[in-house]
Amino acid sequence: MDTSDASPPTDRREFIKKASAVVIGGTITLAPVAAGLFVFMDPLRRQSESGASVLVATLASLPEDGEPRKFSVLATKVDAWNRTPNVPVGAVYLQRLKGEKVRALNVVCPHAGCFVDFRPAKNHYFCPCHNSSFGPDGSILDPKSPSPRGLDELAVEIRNGAEIWVTFQNFRAGVHEKIPV
Amino acid sequence: MKPALDWLDSRTGYRRLVHESLYENVPGGARWRYVWGSTLAFCFMIQVITGIFLWFAYSPSSQTAWESVYFIQYEMAGGWFLRGLHHYTAHAMTVLLVVHLMQVVIDGAYKAPREFNFWSGIILLQLVLALSLTGYLLPWDQKGFWATRVATNIVAITPFIGPELQKLIVGGTEYGHLTLTRFFALHAGVIPGAIIAFIVGHIYLFRKHGLTPKQPRRRPDAAFWPDQVLRDAVACLAILAVVLFFVFRYHGAELGAPADPSEQFSAARPEWYFLFLFELLKYFPGGTEVWGAIVIPGVLLLILAVMPFVGNWKLGHRFNVMYLWAMIAGAAVLTGLAIKADRNDPNYAIAVVSAQRDAERVVDLARSPAGIPPTGAVTLLRTDPFTQGPKIFARNCASCHRYDGHDGLGGKPKDEISAADLKGFASRDWISGLLDPAKVDTPHYFGGTKFKGGKMSEYVKEEVANFSAEDKALLQQTIIALSAEAGLKAQKELDERDAQVIDLGKKALIGERMGCMECHKFHDAGEETAPDLTGYGSREWLVAFITNPEHERFYGDRNDRMPAFGEDKSLTPQEIGLVADWIRGEWYVPKPQHP
Repeated sequence: MDTSDASPPTDRREFIKKASAVVIGGTITLAPVAAGLFVFMDPLRRQSESGASVLVATLASLPEDGEPRKFSVLATKVDAWNRTPNVPVGAVYLQRLKGEKVRALNVVCPHAGCFVDFRPAKNHYFCPCHNSSFGPDGSILDPKSPSPRGLDELAVEIRNGAEIWVTFQNFRAGVHEKIPV
Repeated sequence: MKPALDWLDSRTGYRRLVHESLYENVPGGARWRYVWGSTLAFCFMIQVITGIFLWFAYSPSSQTAWESVYFIQYEMAGGWFLRGLHHYTAHAMTVLLVVHLMQVVIDGAYKAPREFNFWSGIILLQLVLALSLTGYLLPWDQKGFWATRVATNIVAITPFIGPELQKLIVGGTEYGHLTLTRFFALHAGVIPGAIIAFIVGHIYLFRKHGLTPKQPRRRPDAAFWPDQVLRDAVACLAILAVVLFFVFRYHGAELGAPADPSEQFSAARPEWYFLFLFELLKYFPGGTEVWGAIVIPGVLLLILAVMPFVGNWKLGHRFNVMYLWAMIAGAAVLTGLAIKADRNDPNYAIAVVSAQRDAERVVDLARSPAGIPPTGAVTLLRTDPFTQGPKIFARNCASCHRYDGHDGLGGKPKDEISAADLKGFASRDWISGLLDPAKVDTPHYFGGTKFKGGKMSEYVKEEVANFSAEDKALLQQTIIALSAEAGLKAQKELDERDAQVIDLGKKALIGERMGCMECHKFHDAGEETAPDLTGYGSREWLVAFITNPEHERFYGDRNDRMPAFGEDKSLTPQEIGLVADWIRGEWYVPKPQHP
């Protein structure tokens, strides 16, 4: 009996069986993985709510000599399912400039996210983590500093002649550009 | 017995399994240098067991993580021991990983055909380091929080996917609940699962290729059981002893103050075995840190991974051994530099002391009758005068005032003292000093102010200085009465005891002989040209004073330089209350524990 004609369909059938097993096996494994990953990636789909203008202090609370002072920024803190009003969400250094102007610098070091410290004796900002230093205007003082950019300046608005309102924002650490997060 | 075991064997084949596990051939006989793999397996077992039991009590959220770890450490019987065991075994594991790697490289156990064995080991090394990194955050204390902030910001500079990767690990842009749930899932689920899978592969490959004997072989081959097993067991016992030494020495693992994203933490440092990486980052100027954090460590690891191929060359093995020693020496030097830099940095020392102070304080507060509120232990420190008072004082008051000669935190301000030292303000001693002709114009009181040589100082130096003995007795009663107005906690018993004297003193205060009412006011009596003495130094008085010293009740337009902190909104009412409570010595003090 000639069986040579029967052989290809058997091969094909075998192949289809194997391929189906692999595809089905793969699909049923992927289903839970895909469901999990989709939820795991949720943070990527969320936009942060930062960037609101906040009343931080009054002009009277800033020394005339231009020495920076640190203030907490009180706002509504959103932590996943919790919203807590009127708690510190960050801090800024405020410095009185000539002509009733104010400079606001975010205290977060743009290198790796520690808080910098103003050292009056040396008239500079210093990060206690990796020793970045910044001038009173927030610019990088030592070119060897690990920080890729100067301290992040925030927009300031003086309202009613006395209130200092700051547009509070955090920025991505470790890069030259100032990218809001 | 035997028929039963035979039956069991016929159903399970356990004898073969036992035989394979115990009678593995050890070429050249048992040796101490073969114990390292077993000690690591032992440590991992400790971590799994202690970790699961910690899991029974741990709660990952930003309001409960620190709190539940506090409960384990300080409230649950034996909790500190369990936590200490987990913590110090993690340290031991890191050390043993390096020792195991050294032994494998020096003995040439990485060479063909054991490449995959070696590679799986390198992956295990990184997985264990990942366990340390994720575990560091879980207590949600300041140290773990800030170290993790730095570590995850470094993740963000990974080329191409950095920012997204960081968001996925942190669970968003802010650190909070989702950071903890994610780190916990990694620490207790994903990474241990991967480690188990790789250990199975690692041991399978180890058994497949057999042990790499150290040449020359000193003794004939022997079975794993019992000689090598005994050596392994003794080594594990020694490791456990060392771990226990640290557990008892430090009474479990350290727990810092609860994480506060708005509270500076200048003492942030990674765990000691990551210090070399931390130090390395200091040498990369802005924008090049990707080299220090990712490229260089990556290349170093890659060179480690190609050791099996390098080892095939004539001098390859020597190169590998030297390379490993060089890596260890490099890490040791960087670690030494990091430690040395911190030792020589007085600001770091202050930061460490302040971190310890907060850590001890929050435990006292958590143990107070009020306990931890649902908002979490971070609220305890934020509303604690003992913690916040000195900080607010240093920031806002210490450019003129002092507290016991310092800025409240123990530091020395830039400018000389130019207003009163407020330690013990309104206490009998403090008022006695103010009314002492020898002291009133010293910097401790009016010396640095425009009131030096003013009416009050004139009164003290001219009238009080010439008081008769009888007047002095009357003055003493007046001081006691005025000080009682403050209702200071530290004088509570004295004030109760001296109730009669206080009554007499109040009369003297408004009486003509003392003459206070010529300028001051006391209840309905007197003139309002100097600060009102009604409730002098009480909380209400002090809060109102700090809020606005220019108020008619106080200095009016004769105020020296003191800002109206409340009117100006430069301090919130809560901050004014905290600094007032602190100056008045009004904070929770734990009852001394009786042995």
